[in-house]
Amino acid sequence: MKELVILSGKGGTGKTSLTASFATLATGCLLCDADVDAADLHLLMQPNIRKQTDFQGGGVAVIDLQRCTQCGICIDMCRWSAIGPDFVVDEIGCEGCGVCVDFCPEQAIDFPVKTCGQWFISDTRFGPMVHARLGIAEENSGKLVTLVRQQAKQLAEERGIDLIITDGPPGVGCPVIASVGGATSAVIVAEPTVSGIHDMARAIELCRHFKVPVMVCINKFDLNLDNTATIERMARDGGLPMVGRIPFDPTFTRAMVQGKTLLEFDGNGSAGEHLRQVWTTIMNTPAMTAA
Amino acid sequence: MIISIASGKGGTGKTTVATNLAVSVDGPVQLLDCDVEEPNVHLFLRPSIEETKTVTTPIPKIDLAKCNQCKKCMEICRFRAIAVIGEMVLTFPELCHGCGGCMAVCPEGAITEIGRELGVLETGAMNGVSFVHGRLRIGEAMAPPLIQAVRDRTWTNGLTLIDAPPGTSCPVIAAMKDTDFVLLVTEPTPFGLHDLKLAVEAVKILKIPMGLVINRADMGDDKVWAYAQTEGIPILMEIPFDRQIAESYSRGEMFALALPEWKVRFRELVENIETLTGKGAGAK
Repeated sequence: MKELVILSGKGGTGKTSLTASFATLATGCLLCDADVDAADLHLLMQPNIRKQTDFQGGGVAVIDLQRCTQCGICIDMCRWSAIGPDFVVDEIGCEGCGVCVDFCPEQAIDFPVKTCGQWFISDTRFGPMVHARLGIAEENSGKLVTLVRQQAKQLAEERGIDLIITDGPPGVGCPVIASVGGATSAVIVAEPTVSGIHDMARAIELCRHFKVPVMVCINKFDLNLDNTATIERMARDGGLPMVGRIPFDPTFTRAMVQGKTLLEFDGNGSAGEHLRQVWTTIMNTPAMTAA
Repeated sequence: MIISIASGKGGTGKTTVATNLAVSVDGPVQLLDCDVEEPNVHLFLRPSIEETKTVTTPIPKIDLAKCNQCKKCMEICRFRAIAVIGEMVLTFPELCHGCGGCMAVCPEGAITEIGRELGVLETGAMNGVSFVHGRLRIGEAMAPPLIQAVRDRTWTNGLTLIDAPPGTSCPVIAAMKDTDFVLLVTEPTPFGLHDLKLAVEAVKILKIPMGLVINRADMGDDKVWAYAQTEGIPILMEIPFDRQIAESYSRGEMFALALPEWKVRFRELVENIETLTGKGAGAK
């Protein structure tokens, strides 16, 4: 089984639109949305949810004011200043370390485990999909991403599916680290802007750090041909496969408004042609063809 | 006054709005780039860097000569960053949140703290705009403490603008909390609206007044206007999709500098926020 993770570093370069288009081109795949923080893939996939499970994050401190003697040890020990002078814990500020719980001489602090999201197993017109929703302002996004990817792998095995396409989150922090570890390969969707290049370079560095083979694809390449050339040169210099270019095309937005992938909306245009080429190239890279 | 610029979805134009605002306003202004995973402000502002500093978070260092393997450190650690196996004490620095619980609980005084590098913080200036950003070390997962280190540089002598990261989880909260106003930048597409709704819920939890900038206002559909009206969120600016603006962005240019009418509009945007919050730009 192979897992292809779609990343970008910078947000809004087209990860989700491309992931969805790749799903239309793959012959049998399982979709995994690892952007649990601002998940959008379901807007194009309209998944039929078959199973919904609560995600338990870490604990959060709750002070019982009846038992509290206001000694102040918890306030002194909390490195996140999450306990107010009235001995009420700011739930958003609480890191979940539990140090206050263990050091309270009155044992007045409880540490209930918080439900901080849900994850889903669904069916879509392109195959099964595993996705999730982290609660607003919650922590533990990396933990939820890890869970979603584990579930995706298990489901793919059960159903005999050979390919998982994972839509990754932007950035290079906690949820991205959880998205790339152990993947077969990552595709970086870069855009030819100064920020797109900067962020692509960091995303490539992250994949290398975790020893995941990387390939590069340029979206909206015609917005700046000089920058497109720069990206291609950087890929060549780094020994990374360049898997193609996709033009800037407002059809992507029109397809999104209809809840469709670009190829379903207008498969015959220039963007569709480029997408098919990119997909063929990706599937023929050494990382994806290796046994 | 502190204005944070956020969005939910990535790539909607947060950095565009933050940088153009910074170069358009009169008077002292500070721009903090709190998207420490992918900081981009410096690519547009091109400040001269005056200070570079490594930011660390505390992690435990065990003195095995003093340790008697009581395992109290392992028991208190909710992040499984310490394991006592036989005579050995293993630490997993990348899992450590720096709470200090192990050091406090150790009866033998065998634990001290050393620093794990989170990334670097840089400060500088460009044409009167004071600049601070953080850059997360590649491989480091914890962005919020570095964001906090950037926020700690907030000044008191004028307007502070914060470029927030995308999303709605802990890094965004670290960038938006305790600011006076959140300017949400969206695009009128299904993805833009879906993630905007999540961002709005996050801002509501923080109880901060907010307003909207609709970028690429003519691409997509009209649902975001209806949503803003239902929610009572003022739309403070609309930026049309303009291939020239997109191309100037691709080169790292700030379009308000090339198009003076936009400079006026960005200045008016800050004035509108001052009216909405009842705070002057220089107010604390």
